[in-house]
Amino acid sequence: MTSSYATLPEKPRPLATPANEPYWQGLREHRLVVQRCSACGKLRHYPRPMCDACYAMDYDWHEIAGHGSVYSWAVTHHPFHPAFKRDVPYVTVTAELGDGIRIQAPLVGNDADALCVGLPVTVEFVRIDAALTLPALRIARA
Amino acid sequence: MFTLRDKSAITGIGETVYARESDKSQLALTLEASLNAINDAGLDPKAIDGVIPYGDGGIIAEDFITNFGLKNLRYSAQTPMGGASLVAALQSAAMAVATGTARHVLVPIGRASVSSGRITDRLAQMPQMRLVAEFEMPLGTNAPAQFYAHMARRHMETYGTTEAQFAEVAMTCRRHAELNERAMMRKPMSFEDYMNSRMIADPFRLFDCSLESAGAAAVVVSAAECAGDLRHRPIYIGGVAEGHPDSPSAITQRPDLTTLGIARAAPVAFAMAGVTHADIDVAEIYDCFTYIVICQLEDLGFCAKGEGGAFVENGRIGRGGELPVNTHGGLLSEAHIAGMNHIVELVRQLRGDAGQRQVDGAEVGLVTGYGDLGDGSIAIMHR
Repeated sequence: MTSSYATLPEKPRPLATPANEPYWQGLREHRLVVQRCSACGKLRHYPRPMCDACYAMDYDWHEIAGHGSVYSWAVTHHPFHPAFKRDVPYVTVTAELGDGIRIQAPLVGNDADALCVGLPVTVEFVRIDAALTLPALRIARA
Repeated sequence: MFTLRDKSAITGIGETVYARESDKSQLALTLEASLNAINDAGLDPKAIDGVIPYGDGGIIAEDFITNFGLKNLRYSAQTPMGGASLVAALQSAAMAVATGTARHVLVPIGRASVSSGRITDRLAQMPQMRLVAEFEMPLGTNAPAQFYAHMARRHMETYGTTEAQFAEVAMTCRRHAELNERAMMRKPMSFEDYMNSRMIADPFRLFDCSLESAGAAAVVVSAAECAGDLRHRPIYIGGVAEGHPDSPSAITQRPDLTTLGIARAAPVAFAMAGVTHADIDVAEIYDCFTYIVICQLEDLGFCAKGEGGAFVENGRIGRGGELPVNTHGGLLSEAHIAGMNHIVELVRQLRGDAGQRQVDGAEVGLVTGYGDLGDGSIAIMHR
């Protein structure tokens, strides 16, 4: 089927809110930051107002290392959102980064067949435009 | 201790035609099925004094007052849990009639056809999808097949669950649909057909995914003391519960991707009903995707975690098997009416009105709901 990619709609963008902006600002600076409870130190992601361990509402933003391992993945063949039509098939990986934090991000590199649970991955940063940088994952080289 | 056990019964069931598309509005379809359910119970519509519209559907309690001319609507609520909403609504209805707040509660659902492109936009607007919309949709995870593919792949990698076991669920539902004149998909499905269906969100193929449907269904839940002198034998709600998983709004952050909210609800419902798994004659299990059936069979306690794939093999979930599942064909082959078609089918089976797909001697059965990234609900019913 031929279709003009030029006419595809824009990909959805995160709705920046004051509460979540430090996460997206971190990505623009190629840093992965998550909320850390100011009272008990528990890390949490995705961002939210309250610590579920101690109910404190104060937190700061804590940089975590961009190294982890594969927890699961999916390979999208059907572009549910038309903006991703040019990308199919593409792999999204759920990766464990330690301390109970996971991210889900597209796999870059051509290694989808090598995926297995526990495989080491590293976080990369993909600049979309001046306002938006998104995370990606790449299988780590031994 | 107060219990909901046998305090309520389903007294009326109603449906519209199920099809890919409909010329009728969502509200018109919903009212048509509702009137069918009320007539099936042998009630006058004015006897309806409670209603639980589908939480995510845009139909509100006032629509039923307006169209049925209700004078005494004393109870209304919503249970917005996606595909778990309708079985969760049975719990709410049972509470309403058990406390005397209402006597006859209508639980309706209607779906008009929508294109898949619009579904992703609609999902992104739903409050329960807020985190997914912010952190996953911009990266290309936009629809349930993709959300749940990560759960299914984790299960496969952890427990050795196979695509052939997914196929067993799809083929079983299809075989059941072949006997159901209401079903949208009745053409026989072979394993080869399954394997040849196109990949959607690996590990899910097209035949792992439920249908898109237009149509409506409804039931009337009545107080047990009002249920005995209506048109049909009452089908009693013996146990009913809802359950929510950890990290309910972000599957990615859930400690265990292979356990659903229904794992918390099932023990409550079984204890309430006072039955064991061996007592269940028929199970209508929410089947938005084949894997979700396998995972629920484990979380319901029919087998240990990780054994759901093996459980569905060798005809065990077929008609005549140890645990007949989705005797109408389910969301996979009958229609996607958000699982209200599962509730309707269970009532038919327990009434003994399921025609050529009747499970012999069905006296006790269960129905589940699943939705919104992992919420679960369960009702155990008996004749």
